[in-house]
Formats: sequence, C-alpha cells, structure tokens
Amino acid sequence: MISYDFDYHKPTAIQEALELFQALKKQGKKPVYFSGGTEIITLGRVNELVTDAVIDIKAIPECNTYKQDNRLILGAALTLTNVLDLQSFPFLEKAVAEIADNTARNKITLGGNICANIIYREAVLPLLLTDSRILLASLDGLTEKPISELFHQELQLKDGELLVQVMTDLEAIQLPFYIVKKRRQWGVGYPLITVAALRKQNKVHVAISGLCSFPFRNKQMEDSLNNEQLSIDERIEAALKHIPATVLDDVHGSDAYRIFVLKNTLRDILRVLGGAENDG
Amino acid sequence: MDENAITLSINGRDTTCFVRNAATLLYILREKLGLTGAKPGCLNGDCGACTIDVDGEPMKSCLMLAVEGEGKKITTIEGMKQTTIQSQFIEKFAFQCGYCTPGFIMNCHALIQKHPDATDDMIKNWMESNICRCTGYKEIEDAVKTALRQANQNTDG
Ligand SMILES: Cc1cc2nc3c(=O)[nH]c(=O)nc-3n(C[C@H](O)[C@H](O)[C@H](O)COP(=O)(O)OP(=O)(O)OC[C@H]3O[C@@H](n4cnc5c(N)ncnc54)[C@H](O)[C@@H]3O)c2cc1C
Ligand code: FES
Ligand code: FES
Repeated sequence: MISYDFDYHKPTAIQEALELFQALKKQGKKPVYFSGGTEIITLGRVNELVTDAVIDIKAIPECNTYKQDNRLILGAALTLTNVLDLQSFPFLEKAVAEIADNTARNKITLGGNICANIIYREAVLPLLLTDSRILLASLDGLTEKPISELFHQELQLKDGELLVQVMTDLEAIQLPFYIVKKRRQWGVGYPLITVAALRKQNKVHVAISGLCSFPFRNKQMEDSLNNEQLSIDERIEAALKHIPATVLDDVHGSDAYRIFVLKNTLRDILRVLGGAENDG
Repeated sequence: MDENAITLSINGRDTTCFVRNAATLLYILREKLGLTGAKPGCLNGDCGACTIDVDGEPMKSCLMLAVEGEGKKITTIEGMKQTTIQSQFIEKFAFQCGYCTPGFIMNCHALIQKHPDATDDMIKNWMESNICRCTGYKEIEDAVKTALRQANQNTDG
C-alpha cells in the first residue's frame, strides 16, 4: 500500500496536462506524469518515489498515436504490448519483448520505460541506435529533437516537460540489427547486461544497458569496434577502454563477470553484423 | 486520508465505492469489496498472484490504481463460473496450496480467449508472468493445453 496520498488528474489534452503541472507546482505540490504508473506505484509503496499529485497521460490522444508514413511515430503512452502488436519496428519489438513479462507489458508504457527511474530503460537502446527523434511538450510549445541529443544517462527533461512521441525513419527500421539480453538466471527479469547493435553504412553501432548505472551509446567505443587495423580481440579490448562509468557489481553479477559476458557478446555482434573481416 | 467515490464495473456489475487515489485496485478489490480471490504476493508486479482481467487483457492488480479502473470492464476470479480452464486445473491437479491459482487461471483464461490458436512459445511467454511455489508447472501447462484444445474443438463446431 502506498502510505501517502496524492491528487489524481486525467487531462485529455497536452496543454491541459502542462498547465495542470504548473498549477500544481504553484500550489506547492510535487506533480509527476503518470503513464503506465507501474514504477510510481511500486517505488511509491517503498517510499522511493514520493509525490502528492499524479497526472495520468493515457487520455491524451497524441500520447497514444501510432502513425506510419516516411517515419514511424509512436505515442509515449502506448503500452509495451501495443508496441509489440503493431509489428512495425522489429528491433524495438525485440528489446521490448524482453522487458518484464507479458502481463506487466500490458501496463508498462514506452514513454514510462524511456523516462524510468529504474536504471535499465532497455527500450532506449534501439531508439539511440536508429537515431530516433523525440517530441517534447512544454508551455513554450512542441520541440522535436534527436534522442541522442537529450538522452545522457537519462532523458534530460526540463521541469514539467512531457515526452509525447518517438519518431523513427523507416529506412533506419530496415537496417540489420542484433540484440541480446543476458540474465543471471531465468527467462524473465532485469538484465545482467543487454547489448544492442545496428549495422549502418558498413559500420557497427552499439548501445548497452545493465553494464553501468545507465544505458549508453558511446562514439569512441564504436570507433574502436570498427577499427579495421585491429583484430577482433584488439578492437574489443580497445572498446572496453571507453566504458563511460564504473561497471556494476551487484546481485545480478560481478563487474568482472559483466565484462566477460560483454566481450563474448561483442564478439558475437562483430561476427553476425560484419566488421569481422580483419579477424585473423 | 481523502477518499473519492468511483464506479467500477466488476464481474458484470457496477459497484460504487470510496477509494484513496493512491489505493491499488488489488487493495480495493480485497479490502473494500471483499473480492479476495486476487491474491497479494510480491506487490511488485513480479509474481502474478494478483492477476485479474481488464478489458480482455490480464492485468496485475497490484500495478494498477483503483481510479484507473473507471470505465473498464474488470473480471476477477469470482466472476469466472465453470470455465473450461477452471475444470482443467482440477482435472490435471494443476495446484497444491492454491495461492497462485486465481492469478494463473485469469491469465490462462485471457490467453484462451485472445489466442485460441496459441503456440507453445506463446503459452510459455504468457505463463512466465506467474509464479507457482508448489507445482512443477507441468500440470499447469497440461491444463492450459487441454483447455485450448477444447476451445478449438468448440469453435470448430
Ligand atoms: C514487473 C516489472 C518488471 C520490469 N522489468 C524491466 C526490464 O526487464 N527492463 C527494463 O528496462 N525495465 C523493467 N521494468 C521497469 C519499467 O520499465 C519502468 O519502471 C518503467 O518506468 C515503467 O513504465 P510505466 O509506464 O509504468 O512508468 P510510470 O510509472 O508511469 O513512470 C515512470 C517515470 O517516468 C515518468 N514519465 C512517464 N511517462 C512520461 C512522459 N511521457 N513524459 C515525462 N515523464 C514521464 C514518470 O513521471 C515517472 O517518474 C520492470 C517493471 C516492472 C513493474
Ligand atoms: S502481487 Fe501483483 S504481481 Fe505479485
Ligand atoms: S499451488 Fe502453491 S503457489 Fe502455486
């Protein structure tokens, strides 16, 4: 049971949500957007997230959009099950199919996973690699930006800013990809590490969750993996030098084990997605 | 603690009750409405003991606020009468202590309704949402597969 009380609002328009957020703040409240709400409820129960007002975004039409022309547009409030059922973005679907379990995916949303406090945010990996763009709403208006520009460890949202949609070029959706989630055990649960890769213009691009306390894509790491002057093992060793933060050492696995698994996974990626021409 | 009146459609009946906005649907079902079939387990979305049906989809009622249930068609284990999956759980001895059983049955029932042609992979994918501490899962698998076969025979005429 959540021990504290909060107001519950369910606006039906973006502007209404944004204005509500500011009005609640003016009343001295600490509002949060509530999408699937699963994180707010579970962290709220153990007082790791405390709020006195939630703004449910599920009735905002733009947050439930699904559109496809020269690019795919997915609303932030679509559930992970919705994303899977649409069958429009195989790379994202492969990532999403491994998040939580079938029933929980009926409630967890795409936007909720991207904006999560929980460190894995696995749906972000394909979005970073396909250079997807995001639509944000604030009282200044709507802004569309590449996700790579705004996702540094977590999505950098200004106070009261709402993630509305995610957009991906159809061309990027067609590119060859690879994604693997390694768990300590069982077929469901948080990852030891999840590594995603995409091949674009003869180069392999990589994004990782579960290695550090945030998901990331790192340019130097990718340059090392694509350095054809080096053997595969040398490329991997060079790439590991660019891990951007301390490697996690927790109940899912030690730091050394994570590195061991990462090396093997990167070897598989280079084999499957090419870039292995220089192995010798 | 402030409570507001909401109306929920549960097992085919509209029920008005007073709830805190922060109350989960699981809590309201059990503590306010006396529908104790949905079980509290982990309260964290992991075990599936609290699974109910919301608009034809299995839902973990510990991951849902009661206020989110307004306007939705909610079915709990109490609303399930003589379904094939219930009979099959008995036939196949698919439970021991029974604590996980309502959650499993609600999930299996939604699967059968939504995907009467479910493949083995799909069955496994859906069943991974629930945990049983007693059975070896084999009996549960047998119950679902038999219920699916029966559902197909019925639709085949
Ligand atoms: C059983 C279970 C298993 C899980 N397993 C995994 C896993 O394997 N991998 C993984 O990556 N994650 C996993 N998670 C974590 C889950 O993906 C995140 O907690 C996610 O935040 C839940 O999404 P939600 O829609 O319910 O979020 P909510 O609870 O609605 O929101 C989460 C946070 O994001 C903010 N937010 C949500 N939407 C927006 C928006 N549109 N604009 C701005 N801010 C917003 C909220 O204010 C809140 O701070 C699991 C969660 C559960 C319950
Ligand atoms: S009590 Fe809801 S999933 Fe465990
Ligand atoms: S029968 Fe006891 S937990 Fe499943």
